[in-house]
Amino acid sequence: MINVTINNQSVHVPEETTILQAARKINIRIPTLCHMENREPIGACRVCVVEVEGARTLLAACSTPVSEGMVIHTHSTQARMARRNVVELLLSEHDGNCQTCDRGTDCELRALAEEMGITDLPYEGVKITPHIDDSTPGLVRDNAKCIKCRRCVTVCNEIQGVGALFPQGRGFDTVIGPAFTRDLAEVACVQCGQCAAVCPVGAITEKNNIQDVWAAIENPDIHVVVQTAPAIRAALGEEFGYEPGTRVTGQMTAALRRLGFDSVFDTNFSADLTIMEEGTELLTRLKKALVDKEDVALPMFTSCSPGWINFAEFYFPQFLPNISTCKSPQQMFGAVAKSYYAQKIEVDPKNMIVVAVMPCTAKKYEAARPEMNANGVQDVDYVLTTRELAKMIKEAGLDFRSLPDEEMDAPLGLSSGAADIFANTGGVMEAALRTAYEIVTAKELPVENLHVTPVAGLEGIKEASLIITDTIHDWNFLEGVELKVAVAHGLGNTRRLLEYIKANGCPYHFVEIMTCPGGCIGGGGQPRFTDDSVRLKRIAGIYAEDESKPLRKSHENPDIQKLYKEFLGVPLGEKSHHLLHTHYAPKQQTCPGE
Amino acid sequence: MSIDATVAPCKCDCACGEQATEAELMVRLEEVIEEYREKEGGLIPALQIAQTIFGYLPDPVVNRIAAGFNKTVSEVAGVISFYSFFTRNPRGKYLVRVCLGTACYVRGGKEVLEAIKKRLEIDVGETTEDRQFSLEVGRCFGACGMAPVVMVNDDTYQRVKPARINELIAQFITEEEPAAEGENK
Repeated sequence: MINVTINNQSVHVPEETTILQAARKINIRIPTLCHMENREPIGACRVCVVEVEGARTLLAACSTPVSEGMVIHTHSTQARMARRNVVELLLSEHDGNCQTCDRGTDCELRALAEEMGITDLPYEGVKITPHIDDSTPGLVRDNAKCIKCRRCVTVCNEIQGVGALFPQGRGFDTVIGPAFTRDLAEVACVQCGQCAAVCPVGAITEKNNIQDVWAAIENPDIHVVVQTAPAIRAALGEEFGYEPGTRVTGQMTAALRRLGFDSVFDTNFSADLTIMEEGTELLTRLKKALVDKEDVALPMFTSCSPGWINFAEFYFPQFLPNISTCKSPQQMFGAVAKSYYAQKIEVDPKNMIVVAVMPCTAKKYEAARPEMNANGVQDVDYVLTTRELAKMIKEAGLDFRSLPDEEMDAPLGLSSGAADIFANTGGVMEAALRTAYEIVTAKELPVENLHVTPVAGLEGIKEASLIITDTIHDWNFLEGVELKVAVAHGLGNTRRLLEYIKANGCPYHFVEIMTCPGGCIGGGGQPRFTDDSVRLKRIAGIYAEDESKPLRKSHENPDIQKLYKEFLGVPLGEKSHHLLHTHYAPKQQTCPGE
Repeated sequence: MSIDATVAPCKCDCACGEQATEAELMVRLEEVIEEYREKEGGLIPALQIAQTIFGYLPDPVVNRIAAGFNKTVSEVAGVISFYSFFTRNPRGKYLVRVCLGTACYVRGGKEVLEAIKKRLEIDVGETTEDRQFSLEVGRCFGACGMAPVVMVNDDTYQRVKPARINELIAQFITEEEPAAEGENK
């Protein structure tokens, strides 16, 4: 252990601790911009400089390890002035436009300037020439707002293993962006939006669809249906001052109704539907492999996460046959709303707009995929992120915290707890096992409280196995089979898992992949800022939502049973095939150029 | 972007003028990647040699090097765009590099650069239409005692004066490419 003194307080910390970590231990705040938890410090922004007695210069707290007897002053005049100077220099080239910036009061640079009491700028810097990259459906980049902290580079390269972003050029002219300062649409960006989630300023944001949605709502000839992803309900509250993980499902429903949506429904409903289709698909693939000895692609991968689909299409096309053909719950919802529901309320699907509220930026891309048009019109018309929905609620003058809890509309609003947990890493797997096990054995999944704990939590790659016994007649071929499953979240972990499978063959039958760390609760469209403590709180909120429901298994959802009886027939049937399933195609990984 | 092999040096690195085909150049690139891929810090020398082979670093070359080194294209592009030595455009037969390091700058390097720009009618980073001359800027060639310094390919010209730029350029036109003179006036 090492003894150091910070601002006249003694603290004992292990060796290798940085000054920043030691200060945080005794609740001394040192501001940071480039720093990210669980990552090597890069020391790029210099906002965390502190004074260390006897040191020749000020030191970056994020990247300087403590040493015995070190005496540190985090807010001495010298440290404060230097830090202020760093922020003033950043501001001198930053194209602020705070009044009209997407980040508004949520900007870390603006907060820092305020914290330091900066009221005027001593430097008249040259401004960066703005280039707005709105080439993709999900994300917008504005390089003139970029402060080159490189958090997006870290997340894109190290956490997601995509590497679409990297510093280009040098010095003042450095641009943080794709190769040779191309636009995102020209490179292998999967649209996950983790860059937008970590950006401290307004340099990377989601593409805003709020005005499109207002226009639809205000058009009397259009029936506007809204669906909300499971991950929203444990995060939206953060935009209104609630703790992360606070469940606001009822208030959110009330808010959506007051915004003027004609039907307020739940993506959870189609998550239950996904389990019916995907569970059946898995059992069918197993039957083909084990009984019919057909050459069928196993393991089967989940298909809910559109960033993962893009990732596979760009980087691992050899695994495309392994991905479930099920559309994601968002797209299934749209396809069912514009057929089953449109028929019920006698509305032409052409006069129906489906809006999805998602924790995700890749969902905007997914909704725009040309093949997603089961009824001759796009299944889903507009996707809003959790942040965009919060903005609409504020714009409409709703006092979110005083809204009553309301119930979703029928028939696409009822869901099981299995659908809720789609939001968490390991959740789709657990939901699928709850149903598949019961189909095969007619018994409940034999785990405590129906939770498959080995695949829950924030470990990057998780696995579990289950020996199937006491099968019922149709599924006797599975008797004694050890079902092996794996779960990965974050595309860097996904890449590691896929490389392992490529090199060693696959021991698994079923693999769940979620693009973002923690699953959808940590999506690129969620309230900022998401770190592991926030992820864990949202995950806990989602499990609590699951446990609070009388229905815990997708196949027990009576409205899903009714949907099959009245409309779809059976899982994987002809109608399902047409409405609820899709296909994938390899994408060019590198820019083919002009 | 396909590769413009016409700007590549000759097949055998002499001066015979016989151009290698694109396929032949790609084979040489593979050899370079093979040699440097496992070496610590091997990317930069590999890029340097690749540029010598192709005359510049077009997309197919960059993509191949990125794949060979198991790096992303954005990272390799970041290295290429960081160093002024690397070029993404086909270069001319003669690469004129003007030093703008501190010593050369204070002794008139900038005026020399302006004079060359005017003479060749191109900007920094560009190549004349006849593919004879390319213009780049350097940041210290390590010859500060002879400032201001200009390099044409591997030869150094010292204490260059703006007034004598025409003379300096002319020797390359009159000696080997008399026909090109008219185009560059």
